[in-house]
Amino acid sequence: MTASGTFGYGIEFADLVNLSDIGGIIVKGTTLHPREGNDYPRMAETASGMLNCVGLQNKGVDYFCKNIYPKIKDIDTNMIVNVSGSSIEDYALCAARINELERIPAIELNISCPNVKQGGMAFGVTSKGARAVVEAVRKAYDKTLIVKLSPNVTDIAEIALAVEDAGADAVSLINTLMGMAIDINRRCPKLSINTGGLSGPAVKPVALRMVWQVAKAVKIPVVGLGGISTTEDAIEFLMAGASAVQIGTANFIDPAVSVKIAQGISRWLDQHKYKSVQEIIGAV
Amino acid sequence: MLYVFLGRFHTLFYMKYNKILTVKEVEWLNQSHVLIKLTDSMPLPEVMPGQFVQVKVENSPRTFLRRPISINFYDRQSNELWLLVQLKGDGTRAMAQLLPGDKLEVLFPLGNGFSQEVTPGEKVLLVGGGVGVAPLLLYGKYVQEKGGIPLFLLGARTQADLLELDLFRQYGQVYVTTEDGSAGEKGFVTQHSVLQRAGFSRISVCGPKPMMVAVAKYANAVNIPCEVSLENLMACGLGACLCCVEKTVRGNVCVCTEGPVFNINQLTWELD
Repeated sequence: MTASGTFGYGIEFADLVNLSDIGGIIVKGTTLHPREGNDYPRMAETASGMLNCVGLQNKGVDYFCKNIYPKIKDIDTNMIVNVSGSSIEDYALCAARINELERIPAIELNISCPNVKQGGMAFGVTSKGARAVVEAVRKAYDKTLIVKLSPNVTDIAEIALAVEDAGADAVSLINTLMGMAIDINRRCPKLSINTGGLSGPAVKPVALRMVWQVAKAVKIPVVGLGGISTTEDAIEFLMAGASAVQIGTANFIDPAVSVKIAQGISRWLDQHKYKSVQEIIGAV
Repeated sequence: MLYVFLGRFHTLFYMKYNKILTVKEVEWLNQSHVLIKLTDSMPLPEVMPGQFVQVKVENSPRTFLRRPISINFYDRQSNELWLLVQLKGDGTRAMAQLLPGDKLEVLFPLGNGFSQEVTPGEKVLLVGGGVGVAPLLLYGKYVQEKGGIPLFLLGARTQADLLELDLFRQYGQVYVTTEDGSAGEKGFVTQHSVLQRAGFSRISVCGPKPMMVAVAKYANAVNIPCEVSLENLMACGLGACLCCVEKTVRGNVCVCTEGPVFNINQLTWELD
């Protein structure tokens, strides 16, 4: 699958990759009301990764349903909407709107965006907050509910257990790690809101460790992401216990990387005489 | 029906490709600028002046993202695509080390270019500063081919920093400013006397932001249409990451897909 915020609505990449070859496309974070996002500059390149502080720029769920959904509903893959909000009511109302869309089989609940002052990550860093959002959304949404977890916590497994107990069908992790970069000549942060979320290969070992911890703790499926850019990276996540993986920042460097990795996993399984990917999930 | 047809045509026209091109030549223009000429065994896709490419840089471990580079020139007959690159960091320095026959992975053509409507006989002032002159070469050729008269006003720090002057002269009159007066008129492009003399109908600018703002202020004051080419930091180049946004009258929009060329009346720059 492609990770939210790294693959637009899929259509931006239609010239470059056969979208139906991707297992799922998780579209950009959608909120109840339109959001302008944060000021420029919103990104900084770092060693083997990047920081971003986009701040959930999107035109709101009404615009999505009216103008974007008709354009993406016939893409032959799982089109999943990432839902974010700044209050429990907003999350539930937004999820309820997406629930009406026939061709959207699942949502990914973003309780882990580090770049929005109110809400977002605030819900995802305590078990109580995470549980409250998921319980409210569960009542408003009856299809597959994936909850995206924040790595900016002391014990991610504890949050995952709370989310599972509140009715999540799956968890995905990790969202970006909060970080910072400074322009030493100007003596100021490189990002407009000072801090941002780190992604890319730099975060992969952290993400892998967290996927391993969460997969041991919960019974629901775990979707692994964080710095995956090669077939071998993806297989590591599967062996750590992920049932599926998302490709994020790597899409910026190779727009077709997700398909290459999906094909690479199949090839690797054949070469190593595995009959099914199930045989390697959680194999460590 | 017509709308549907035009819509489809537009999409086909701007089809994006991720191609592995071949380096034909790398020409050092001065100590900090190289001209990389690329080609392919297949005909290169048509590009419009002002569009850009995203280059995947190899052999540079500290370069993570692709590098957005504007298209300097494209020629269908020789099947060449030129990139004029300023050596600024590890990524661009690695690009300068390319040799003829080397491969370069290039995602293109990206963005919307300069205005394509040219009235025969109209004078268009193309203002470039530093490496910002790059996209004006192809645009000057385009304006000339459409029957317009391109006037180039090119600024640099010193004579040694002026780029591709002879190539620009193929398509129109070239006016020069340097900050130290070593070539052309001394000062900034906005101080050049051609601004008082030549009656041009519109201006297209590419260069450092302070220069573009200064030209935009001038255009605003004398009420001449003006478009600028922005180079905001970007990651994907495809409108997905939403990092390269510019504030416009329509809110934050991606420079990579809505730009990089904007009419100044779309921006929120303070011009008064």
